[in-house]
Amino acid sequence: MSTESGLIISGARLDYDGTTLLRDVDLAVASPEIVALLGPSGSGKSTLLRCIAGVQPLDAGTIRWNGVDITHTPAHLRSFGLVFQDALLFPHLNTGANIAYGLRRSRMPREQITARVHELLDLIGLGGFGDRDVATLSGGEAGRVALARALAPRPRLLLLDEPFAALDRELRDRLVEEVRELLHTLGTPAIHVTHDRQEADRIADRIVRVADGTLRPEGHGE
Amino acid sequence: MDADRVAVSRTRGMRGVRPGALLAIGPLALVAILLVIPLTTLLLIGLGLDGTEGLEGTEGPIAVLGSPSTWRVLAYTIGQAAVSTVASIALALPAAYALHRLRIPGRRALLALVTVPFVLPTVVVGLAFREILPFAGTTAAIIVAHVFFNVGLVIRVVGGVWSGLDPRYLDVSASLGRPPWRGFVEITWPMLRPAILASAALVFLFTFTSFGVVLIVGDPAWPTIEVEIYRLAVQSLALDAAATLAIIQLIVVVSALVVSASLQRRTSIAGVVTHEPPRSPVRSPADRLITGYTVALVTAICLPLIALLLGSLRVGSRWGLDYYAEVFSPTDPTTRATPAWEALLTSARYAIVATAIAVTLGVLGAIAVTFLRRSAGWVDTAITAPLGVSAVSLGLGLLLFSLRGPLDMRGWWLLVPLGQALVAMPIVLRVVLPVLRSVDPRLRDVAATLGARPARAWLTVDGPLALRATGVAAGLAAAVSLGEFGATAFLIRADTPTVPIQIVRLLGRPGEANLGQALALAVILVVVTAVIIGLAERARPARGGGW
Repeated sequence: MSTESGLIISGARLDYDGTTLLRDVDLAVASPEIVALLGPSGSGKSTLLRCIAGVQPLDAGTIRWNGVDITHTPAHLRSFGLVFQDALLFPHLNTGANIAYGLRRSRMPREQITARVHELLDLIGLGGFGDRDVATLSGGEAGRVALARALAPRPRLLLLDEPFAALDRELRDRLVEEVRELLHTLGTPAIHVTHDRQEADRIADRIVRVADGTLRPEGHGE
Repeated sequence: MDADRVAVSRTRGMRGVRPGALLAIGPLALVAILLVIPLTTLLLIGLGLDGTEGLEGTEGPIAVLGSPSTWRVLAYTIGQAAVSTVASIALALPAAYALHRLRIPGRRALLALVTVPFVLPTVVVGLAFREILPFAGTTAAIIVAHVFFNVGLVIRVVGGVWSGLDPRYLDVSASLGRPPWRGFVEITWPMLRPAILASAALVFLFTFTSFGVVLIVGDPAWPTIEVEIYRLAVQSLALDAAATLAIIQLIVVVSALVVSASLQRRTSIAGVVTHEPPRSPVRSPADRLITGYTVALVTAICLPLIALLLGSLRVGSRWGLDYYAEVFSPTDPTTRATPAWEALLTSARYAIVATAIAVTLGVLGAIAVTFLRRSAGWVDTAITAPLGVSAVSLGLGLLLFSLRGPLDMRGWWLLVPLGQALVAMPIVLRVVLPVLRSVDPRLRDVAATLGARPARAWLTVDGPLALRATGVAAGLAAAVSLGEFGATAFLIRADTPTVPIQIVRLLGRPGEANLGQALALAVILVVVTAVIIGLAERARPARGGGW
């Protein structure tokens, strides 16, 4: 890498109440690339993802994007999409409004927002679901909508925190496949957190192991 | 330790420290100005430390403490409150079981009816019982009215825990050879005990400090401490003696709170309620009996209101709307008495102002408590404190402060809605806070990653989610303001009575017509309160269309 591109984390550290949650974390994610962070629960992988998203400040270390230091940039200015394990759709907004949430602030004309929402609904195979109450969506549908919501404002990087972990194996495998294809089509780099080796293999270009709050690189997936 | 969970709680605290502290200023200022300062004034005067002791016509604290009548009043007040509390709990427990553990038709409606008395103005309840009880004007009447008021509260508090008790505990107990009654004694009772103690403490506080009901249905020869404070202050103008009594009353209230808190700490069982198990069908004869009893109890709760309505429509020996017509009749130039409808306007005006203040400050306080970390506990306690102070003490404190404080606030109209807002604000906090706390903080994180600044994230996520609770809180605040009697009685100007004050005044005048007008006003007040609460509960965030 001659000119720095993508995400580069160096020397990240996070302590809480005398416990070290993250230490000496160095990670580079090229654009476009899908990296899986693989580790058992409590290893700090989700915490690292929160730090990258900017919803959790680091105690030490830097995060850069395309060479620009974003360590102290607040989450809302980073343009990194985030998808949690439970879809966490806004319960007071319908499906379309959930997807439109990130587009609202961009001064996009109303028709364009509507068009973009329809485009995403089609992309995730839920065309015509725009007016549905999110409480009526199945687990798989809610997961897809959460993904569409994160992708709608065209994030520079997508952060997936064990998405679909609450779903059954078969559905999860299918969604993982869908997400992989989608990300490759869009050319969006992604970090995918999981504790499932098989899932990591399926989705990622590269797997990084997380244990005790630090990283251990581990060759290529597939 | 779950590392991720720790991280979540940490950011939640870190992000909001400064805005949280700023938001708490408003509600804390209201408590400081309208509760702390007046109560301090009351303490100083009641203890004879304000330098007016020995003035002619004033009775010093020593004289009040030395008088046997003081101790008679105190003993009577504690006695009637204790009996009311025990009776409320005994009558509520079977219904709590039926309404929360059994699958009975119309369960929701019954539960709603049971809660109705709680939002009724005390004066209205007193009036209703004066209408139907043949023994009105006795201690028994006070106890019946107190049970009516509080049985729903016990059913709600105890039933809430009961509905979460897994009935399989009893199956386990039966499989170990225990008959059902021993299962209840050994399993159910210990698990319910903290909730029963908590509701007992609340009922004791409410009945110990009850004012409007006692004033109307009680035995005039046996005043409770609240009634005595009111009489001394408003009728005999013995403000110092009243203040001394108020201090004795505060001491009892605080002791009761301390005792109940320590009892609850000692008996609470962690982690009883996990999920809500399904309710069982009514099968056994005992269940049928309890269900029948519950229906009878709910019917009994409806009776006073029906009597109130019928009484307002019964003119002499025929039915008619005459009393309602009189309420809205124009001012009679000869009597110069305030026409009843003016009281409605006054009440409406005060209710709007009081609700606006209570909701604004209560919601700000709730937001502050969710964002604050270390100081959240005491901010919460401070804002809730007005609930623990009796309305009469509050009114007396404010009156003394406005008379003898550095600011002359006598007759300042805003004092009335401010006093009502002080009582309503803790309710707003208690309704809105749990909803705000239940909002997953990660929803804000999602909003942030979608480009929302913290303020926008809050306004588009937490705000709409808390809107419904805010509506409910506003309805309750309006109901509190409309029905408030104890504090208002001290602060109101003679020419601008609120509806409850006007009702009591009408009761003080002789004649069928005055009683009829009082009944009609009471019915109107109940209807208005019900409509406001009904409308408030409909407040909902607009479901996001328009994307």
